[in-house]
Amino acid sequence: MTVHNMRHGDASDGGADAIGGRLSRVDGPAKITGSAKYAVEQQLEGLAYAVLVESTVASGKVRRIDTAEAEAAPGVLKVLTPDTIISLRTASDWFGTPPPDKPYCPLARDITFSGQHVAAVVAETFEQAVAAAALVKVSYDETPSIVDLSDSKAGDGIPIDAMTKEWGDAQAAFASAPVRICAAYNTPREYQAPMEPHGLIAHWEGDKLTVWEPSQWLDGMARTYAEWFDVPFENVRLVSPYIGGGFGSKALALSHGAVAASAARMLGRPVRLVMTRPQTFTGYGGRAATRQTVTIGADGEGIIQSIVHRGINETSMDGMWVEPLGSVTSIMYATPNFSSKQNVVRVNSVVPGAMRAPGENPSAFGIESTIDELAYEVGIDPLEIRLRNYAEQDPHAKKAWSTRQLREAFAVGAERFGWARRTPEPRSMRDGNQLIGWGVAAGTYPVRRAYGEAIVRILADGSVEVESSSIDMGQGTYTILAQTAAETVGVPADNVVVKLGDSRFPRAGVAGGSRLAGVMTGAVYKAATSALDQLVGLAISDPRSPFHALQANTLVVANGRISSPRGDGPDLSIAKLLTSVGRDHIEATGDTMPANSTAQDRYKNYTTIAMALPHTEGDYSRHSWCAHFIEVRVDEDFGTVRVSRVVSALDSGRLYNPKLAESQWKGGIIMGIGQALLEEGIVDRRHGRIVNNNLADYLVPTNADIPDIEVISVGIPDLHSSVLGGKGVGELAIVGVAPAIANAVFHATGKRVRDLPITLEKLI
Amino acid sequence: MRDFSYLRAGSVEAARQAAALPGTMILAGGTTLIDLAKCGVAEPDSLVDITHLKGLDKIEVSARGATIGALAKMGHVADHADIKRHFPAVSEALWQAASAQIRNMATIGGNLMQRTRCPYFRDPANFPACNKREPGSGCSAIGGVTRGHAVLGTSDACIAMYPGDLATALIAFDAIVHLGERQVSVDDFFLLPGATPDKEHAIEPGEMITAIEIPDSAAARRSTYLKIRDRQSYEFAAASAAVGIEFEADGRTIRDLRVALGGVATKPWRARAVEEALKGKVLEPDAVRAASLLAVEGAVDNGANHYKIELAPRVVARAILKMGETA
Ligand SMILES: Cc1cc2nc3c(=O)[nH]c(=O)nc-3n(C[C@H](O)[C@H](O)[C@H](O)COP(=O)(O)OP(=O)(O)OC[C@H]3O[C@@H](n4cnc5c(N)ncnc54)[C@H](O)[C@@H]3O)c2cc1C
Ligand code: SF4
Repeated sequence: MTVHNMRHGDASDGGADAIGGRLSRVDGPAKITGSAKYAVEQQLEGLAYAVLVESTVASGKVRRIDTAEAEAAPGVLKVLTPDTIISLRTASDWFGTPPPDKPYCPLARDITFSGQHVAAVVAETFEQAVAAAALVKVSYDETPSIVDLSDSKAGDGIPIDAMTKEWGDAQAAFASAPVRICAAYNTPREYQAPMEPHGLIAHWEGDKLTVWEPSQWLDGMARTYAEWFDVPFENVRLVSPYIGGGFGSKALALSHGAVAASAARMLGRPVRLVMTRPQTFTGYGGRAATRQTVTIGADGEGIIQSIVHRGINETSMDGMWVEPLGSVTSIMYATPNFSSKQNVVRVNSVVPGAMRAPGENPSAFGIESTIDELAYEVGIDPLEIRLRNYAEQDPHAKKAWSTRQLREAFAVGAERFGWARRTPEPRSMRDGNQLIGWGVAAGTYPVRRAYGEAIVRILADGSVEVESSSIDMGQGTYTILAQTAAETVGVPADNVVVKLGDSRFPRAGVAGGSRLAGVMTGAVYKAATSALDQLVGLAISDPRSPFHALQANTLVVANGRISSPRGDGPDLSIAKLLTSVGRDHIEATGDTMPANSTAQDRYKNYTTIAMALPHTEGDYSRHSWCAHFIEVRVDEDFGTVRVSRVVSALDSGRLYNPKLAESQWKGGIIMGIGQALLEEGIVDRRHGRIVNNNLADYLVPTNADIPDIEVISVGIPDLHSSVLGGKGVGELAIVGVAPAIANAVFHATGKRVRDLPITLEKLI
Repeated sequence: MRDFSYLRAGSVEAARQAAALPGTMILAGGTTLIDLAKCGVAEPDSLVDITHLKGLDKIEVSARGATIGALAKMGHVADHADIKRHFPAVSEALWQAASAQIRNMATIGGNLMQRTRCPYFRDPANFPACNKREPGSGCSAIGGVTRGHAVLGTSDACIAMYPGDLATALIAFDAIVHLGERQVSVDDFFLLPGATPDKEHAIEPGEMITAIEIPDSAAARRSTYLKIRDRQSYEFAAASAAVGIEFEADGRTIRDLRVALGGVATKPWRARAVEEALKGKVLEPDAVRAASLLAVEGAVDNGANHYKIELAPRVVARAILKMGETA
């Protein structure tokens, strides 16, 4: 998909073209006018429609699937069941671990959760498929299920040794500490709830498969499809021009994709399958429910002596999802003694998945609540106690921070918020019936690094084209890559066309873990630099060039024109120069891979996450940081909590486009408000089924729930983190919002709510 | 594929005749009906679209009261200057209901007829037992997730909450539902579930809501609708109260009081015990709070909805006190 950069007549665009400029989203007009075509809007001849049939029990075996009535229904082309669907091969996981050599069936015979795909109907029209799907009769031999973490049958789960982090003697230090805090915190199942539901169109031409599907990771998903269907990787093309929200849920090829692609193969026709909204609650996993106990031993001054942390998260019966609950606990505060361990508990649910800041998000809810409890226990201001325990280096890795502007974030945030005016006692600030509370919490997210690849072309008309198989799900890839190419080559940003979202383009890894901007600006910078070098090289050395006679060492390209640094030679447009030297374009591929990388290394880098560089690689520990200051108003009679003010100061290093970074931060904070106050998958304990599986009952914040949010950048360029100095943006800001709100609620009411969400019945 | 026929009614009479046929349903804004059809709850054989009927969307307000045509849009009624002046609680109930988009589509007649949000009612594929949908099949909600279910007016057969806001305001002010020539009070229009939760309204096949009439009263002119919920907008009530008050000449003694509850009962719920306890008394916070507890007399919870029994009287008290303040 191509996005032409345009002028917006928006004053904020002034001088916005360069890296670091406040250029508005170049894909904005297409989205606002409706001309942006999303993956499943593709029109194909002969398109057939598939609809999923889901299990209505949470545990057991499919006894019988009666398809006779559905098959006889008008328009029905095929009913797929575990018995009739073609056999696929098991694909490797996202680390690229070689899979067991066994078949894979995306339709289940053994039921491990309610809402599992058991059959699918394909028909000429969507309506026919929906009607026929209701006629498929499935009977089960039901067995008892384990509903969730609190189920008496759930047990303690499986220890995940890789999550254990220990130094010093945490238990002994805790036992002898003068001040001891111990509390348990719970977070429920939460869902990404993207506006655009998951879905795809699969189309086979011989052994070549094209999939139009919203995707956070074209190359990774193409690999999975290739392995499932046992065709070469090159035979699979993923196309994903725009993504209507992913939040972690669109990074992997999922079983519904296997169903649609199988149906397309079996029918020899393109097949479209889109999940219903209820199916988006069981067709793939949201954030796992978690439970943590955090104990802190401290001295009377609030200086931490020991942290002991135990966490569990739920996973499915047959899949493994580890939500790293000790990730923030182990780095936020300096402590001489530390112990963190984690178990994973199997329940009858779909395997949980990545949702904005997996791990860091619930982890911060635990530690950032507990430190607040400690502050009250020892009678120290919650901001002051954070500064007293400030970690001057990574306490776990024992390495220097690459950059950590957290102290600055606390200072700037507190100043803008007016923290000094806070009266410490709970229930000490009110406005009529409204109890007012001010809370603070910090957040962090590691800098995940990988390699990327891009092509930059300088075309005959002087415009610049960028191609990459990376994607834009609203975070601004189209825009910042245009800025990067514009600045590097020396053309206005509206002369740059960025093409993304097609796996035929130069490769990119996952748009997850807040890494894509850092990876891709680096790749485009390299490709653009080499294109510029070629351009200048031609201008200097080609005998047909007007600059040839000048015998200059270098030339300047700016604003689409090329001239000598001293201004003593010709001054002409890039287009003119290319004409004079007889070239219709210049092309350069750039990547950030190590020089000696093999083709296999490259494949592995782009299709798995196995080559991502550890954030503590080398001498530094690399993270983004933030501090949230939040005011809540709690109605003393009704227990309703409203967030009335947010000031957050954030360190994401250098910002490639502050306008887009601020928008991402605000989005994260809004999602955090939803997590704190509204979001929870509610399970019927008898049936193991999510009952609020729609957007009327699964509540996310509305505009009315969101006050003005002030976000302030306190970052400085961090060249240990990325080529151009940025750290992660997308996930950081949600981390710490829920504890800041819970802490504010405590300040307002004197009630410590340790189970999210903080709904009104917990406060009345 | 589920085919259905679609008829655009040319007159009220034609609509009523068509709607009398079995399997036929009236289609107004469609915000409830289409939604329920997608859930597999409503399976009409034919639809009679009444949205093109002329003259049914009028809003008339006079000294005697208001008459609101069944096809008036929720948004129009909420914004109507005379409704705001004479019946503030009605306007407030409407603008706090649903979303702006839904209010622009949805009609007043359809609004009264909206169905419960009970998640078991709305998911026939997974929960075949629902007495409201299938008489005699049982109730999946009892023993299940009940946070949003009713605590007042429930029966062993059904505990589904009536979710509408408008009807709560209407019942407080003795509004009347016009079914063509027949007229029924709002209180009588909504039925308790008892043993027949499938029968929700005192309306017969072939009848249609044509208008709603709200008699003028001093209490209605000084009224408010207070809606409490976890989310600030676009959510049904955890508990709500429509309150209207009229004072004696002294400005302190309560001459007339109207109190109705939403979000807590199986039908729009008039809290007459609260009204009687306070009529003739001087408005005073402690007395109001004590009397408001009467609003939930006889309430029965099913676990997760217990909070409604605590919450509802507080909402009532706040609404009454707020109306007192503006004296
Ligand atoms: C997500 C969501 C949130 C909502 N939130 C709220 C809320 O907070 N508060 C609230 O009060 N409501 C809420 N609603 C309900 C909404 O107000 C109703 O859906 C709407 O008022 C129905 O009006 P309609 O014209 O669209 O009715 P339709 O959907 O057309 O009809 C509804 C029913 O009424 C029947 N009907 C329609 N007109 C007549 C008539 N004149 N005579 C007899 N029968 C008739 C139809 O046959 C059908 O059974 C919400 C709805 C949704 C979908
Ligand atoms: S409460 Fe009523 S509507 Fe809900 S399942 Fe029970 S019978 Fe059906």
